[in-house]
Amino acid sequence: MALTGGADTTARKAKWWFVNAVVVVYALVPVLWIASLSFKTKETINDGNFVPREWTLENYRAIFGTSEFVRALVNSIGIALIATAIAVVLGTMAAYAIARLDFPGKRALVGVSLLIAMFPQVSLVSPLFEMERGLGLFDTWPGLILPYITFALPLAIYTLSAFFREIPWELEKAAKMDGATPAQAFLKVIAPLAAPGVFTTAILVFIFCWNDFLFAISLTSTERSRTVPAALSFFTGSSQFEDPTGTICAAAVVITVPIILFVLFFQRRIVAGLTSGAVKG
Amino acid sequence: MADIVLDKVTKRYPDGAVAVRDVDLEIADGEFVILVGPSGCGKSTTLNMIAGLEDITSGELRIGGQRVNERAPKDRDIAMVFQSYALYPHLTVRENMAFPLRLAKVDKETVRRKVEEAARVLDLTQHLDRRPANLSGGQRQRVAMGRAIVRNPKAFLMDEPLSNLDAKLRVQMRTEVSRLQRKLGTTTVYVTHDQTEAMTLGDRVVVMRAGVVQQVGSPQFLYDHPANLFVAGFIGSPAMNFLPATLEEGVLRSPLGDITVTDRVRRLLTDAGAPREVIMGVRPEHFEDAALVDEQSLARGVVYRGQVDVLESMGSDKYAYFSVEGERARSAELEELAADAGVADLSSSGVGTVVTRLSAASAAREGERVEVFFDPDKVQLFDPNSGRNLTYAGD
Repeated sequence: MALTGGADTTARKAKWWFVNAVVVVYALVPVLWIASLSFKTKETINDGNFVPREWTLENYRAIFGTSEFVRALVNSIGIALIATAIAVVLGTMAAYAIARLDFPGKRALVGVSLLIAMFPQVSLVSPLFEMERGLGLFDTWPGLILPYITFALPLAIYTLSAFFREIPWELEKAAKMDGATPAQAFLKVIAPLAAPGVFTTAILVFIFCWNDFLFAISLTSTERSRTVPAALSFFTGSSQFEDPTGTICAAAVVITVPIILFVLFFQRRIVAGLTSGAVKG
Repeated sequence: MADIVLDKVTKRYPDGAVAVRDVDLEIADGEFVILVGPSGCGKSTTLNMIAGLEDITSGELRIGGQRVNERAPKDRDIAMVFQSYALYPHLTVRENMAFPLRLAKVDKETVRRKVEEAARVLDLTQHLDRRPANLSGGQRQRVAMGRAIVRNPKAFLMDEPLSNLDAKLRVQMRTEVSRLQRKLGTTTVYVTHDQTEAMTLGDRVVVMRAGVVQQVGSPQFLYDHPANLFVAGFIGSPAMNFLPATLEEGVLRSPLGDITVTDRVRRLLTDAGAPREVIMGVRPEHFEDAALVDEQSLARGVVYRGQVDVLESMGSDKYAYFSVEGERARSAELEELAADAGVADLSSSGVGTVVTRLSAASAAREGERVEVFFDPDKVQLFDPNSGRNLTYAGD
């Protein structure tokens, strides 16, 4: 009985292994392919080999040699960092209020912020385009930072309020009794406990801003504020007849690497953040 | 160290609900006062008002002679121990206990000395570098106490500090708290819903009900002379037996038989202007197996003969439960006590049940008829409408 049971679990395990392998391969092959393409020379780029026969860093040299990409990279980093910082600070305050205070319209506030997160962004692109042109925000950093904050805030509030709810109220009372001012109580007791939550939220918001293509392509027109995902689509070869596949792939790899590193490094915290938001939220 | 005075302190919430009404209380320097009552009686709100965690709607709170109504908790110089302990999980035991001192900008050497001294008193020295998550319940409780004692505050406030411990540890820590308070001599206000804690710990006990102070006094005084039905039913375990009775020309007609009222009680009843219909209360421990009582006492007392429903032998005592004829006593206060106790305390909610505590030597058996004796002078009589104790001999 035990033997057949053992065989059964082994068979089941094998099946799961197989399914997992399929999923992982399905997800990873395109990424690896792009990485492989980015290392191929112009001549071998269409040879269909998964592993490049001739390795080259030419594509990377090319993209970092153009102001187009470097400038876009600066824009991407700057815009994503600023948007993340503002969204996390505002989100922290809002989430703290939602988790701690009872005020009229609290439910409505949470509802509206969730509604914003659900709203199809594509339907907002045209009005935003018109508004930003009218306000002189079109093709500027604030022109991208503002919509990013708007769409990232619900996510930030939602995740952070779940974290704040887990911090016992009495800790703050205890800090007050121990002689802390409200600011000290927040900084010395609540903030250290909320730090993992704030951190997780910051990463999630950063990834959201970093990955955005829709707003980036619609609300920018020049190198002044174009971010990498948008800039990629404007890549051209050195001549009109040259295919920019290699350079696009190299750029794609460059902007993917920080995200992969982030996720690998903080994997546990992100998962904890997402699930605590899902279960307790 | 200081005295704490509550002068007509009231807490009214914005929606109009009154949590605490006109509490007058003078807590002497070094005194250990217990606020006790069922959940929702306003005891924790009162404590939070003393702490400064809740605003005082009206009235005045003075600590050490100074009005502190408007002062933030941190400026009142009082320490609090919470039911959940509220230890800072990201700090070690040492850092937890040092926290109030660091906020007060005490120099490092003094902090180290004071924390280590407190740790020695509370037997926490070997745990100083651990985090709260790695401590047992009792150890966490001691850390919470340690955090309160390190800075020598004017007063300690304790909000049910022992109710998260298991029964055995609770008894042990109860003694510990008592010893610590005696040693430090710091004014202490202690909130609990457990009447045993109230009886054993405090110099004085304040019984509260629905935001109103019912009676203030030493544990023994409250036990002997409850001011009303509520206090009588709340203090003592198992609770006092309450039965409806009728007063007829110096004779109390009760389900336990007719009782001739003693001269002392008769005077009190006349002074109180007692109605005809009353509720009589007899504590379980005032009964005894008639077979074990000497003739002389027997002649002065009352003997009730009944069938034992249930007999619980505790080793040291026996609890015999009787069903008596007639309705059980009815009053708003008794209903409230029964509701608070839940079904756990059938002696106060059952239909005409009497609990008696008999000596271990008693031969009483379940299902058999037995005679129990009680002293009529120990019987307390209450007004069923107001709940007032008609035989109250206090003050």
